[in-house]
Amino acid sequence: MFDSVLIANRGEIARRVIRTARRMGLKAIAVYSDVDADLPYVREADEAVYLGEPAPAQSYLDSTLLLDVARSTGAAAVHPGYGFLAESAGFAQAVIGAGLIWVGPDPAAIEQMGDKIRARNLMAAAGVPVAPGSAAPVADADAAVAEASLIGYPVMVKAAAGGGGIGMSAAFDDAALRKAFDTARSRAERFFGSPEILLERYLPRARHVEVQILGLPDGRVVALGERDCSVQRRHQKVAEETPSPGVSPDLRARMLAAAVRAGEAVGYQGAGTVECLVDTETGEFVFLEMNTRLQVEHPVTELVTGIDLVEQQFLIAAGSTVTFDASAPVVPTGHALELRVYAEDPKRFLPSPGPITAWSEPAGPGVRVDAGYAAGTTVTPFYDPLLAKLCVAGATREEALARARAAVAEFRVEGPKTNLPFHAELLDNAEFVSGDYDTGLVSRMRQS
Amino acid sequence: MAEVRAEMVANVWKVLVSEGDHVEDGDTLVILESMKMEIPVLAETAGVISKLHVAEGDVVQEDELIAEIS
Repeated sequence: MFDSVLIANRGEIARRVIRTARRMGLKAIAVYSDVDADLPYVREADEAVYLGEPAPAQSYLDSTLLLDVARSTGAAAVHPGYGFLAESAGFAQAVIGAGLIWVGPDPAAIEQMGDKIRARNLMAAAGVPVAPGSAAPVADADAAVAEASLIGYPVMVKAAAGGGGIGMSAAFDDAALRKAFDTARSRAERFFGSPEILLERYLPRARHVEVQILGLPDGRVVALGERDCSVQRRHQKVAEETPSPGVSPDLRARMLAAAVRAGEAVGYQGAGTVECLVDTETGEFVFLEMNTRLQVEHPVTELVTGIDLVEQQFLIAAGSTVTFDASAPVVPTGHALELRVYAEDPKRFLPSPGPITAWSEPAGPGVRVDAGYAAGTTVTPFYDPLLAKLCVAGATREEALARARAAVAEFRVEGPKTNLPFHAELLDNAEFVSGDYDTGLVSRMRQS
Repeated sequence: MAEVRAEMVANVWKVLVSEGDHVEDGDTLVILESMKMEIPVLAETAGVISKLHVAEGDVVQEDELIAEIS
């Protein structure tokens, strides 16, 4: 096992990774920008190094700067968290080229899965179901209209290099498609540095269900169950749960097997997530994309399996044996939810940065809070709005929901507006409580 | 005269109008960016941009004046 790790990230995920690193006896090295110096993760690291200006390009996205810090601190490994450089094949390669251990999959796997068009083609070839859609980048709005007539409306317009729902939109006719294409293209260039666009059949009534996989050093790929991420606003996840109330045992078995095939197709090593859409009308699923890193919502899987995914990431990166028996299927116990606490107003979901004057976390049986902030810290406009992940487990879904309601009521954040009132509303929403919901849930909640 | 103000701390990403432009109710005047989200700021009345208080790259504070429409 290596003895130290640089965490090339910030906020709650840096703190989460530091916690496991320190428990394993690794020296945890944090990095921070000007505006993050007071955050808890900086205090909790064994060593913290100043990076630069707040803008991500001058701090958490500056690979040269990060590699300099790795060298100067003698870090043996680099953990990228999620976001920022986590899915940069170039950064992964640079880390490996500098003689350090990259806590993630092979750069080739990142590259193959990072391009959504290539990934779709690869998955189709590996026997993983994909939705009707583009096999090559769509050149312009005219080509998009021509392709949509083959796929059939409605279609989803996406950036091939994209993520986080940015620039994505559904189109139901030619005129809307032309507009969606232009919007997607300008955002794709701006946010992802690539103008390539793809179209996919859009499923208006679908659940977003993903499978956690781990690729082991001996080449085996194991699946650790699914997570339902259908509670979304602006195509971004707000709450997740496992097991999915909309997935039957038979569908689960088929999805997990497909996710293992997906991982095997790229020789996947470490923690990854295979995202799928489940059509609520037909009960069939299609591959959406693969995230070649630790997922934001990984704690729900940890809560029902008892497996520390960050620990497995470190062990796999070191070529060691994982902590659980990988030869038998992992059987989850109970039910877990994650509620993402964002600094945003709970009605329109608009960002609300600002100083945090009071912060008090819930506690109790089954409650886990992964927080990036504390009282006296400031939420700045430079990064995403995630303040904390409120995770709750129970023996049953009912128990998890009841504990979650109590935990949301107990969580006190003053200063920025937060979406905690939205979560209270969600946990009492009849459709959500029934378990029979899809990705349109939040917009229906806001229409009524 | 109508004042258009920022709803939150944000970076001014795009300015889509100039002083003297005629705008309709609902036209996008500027696009702000905060926490990885683009926030279009719309005219809530028709009229002429009599004064523009921001430029691309500026940082605006909550409630800061962006434009005046008369």
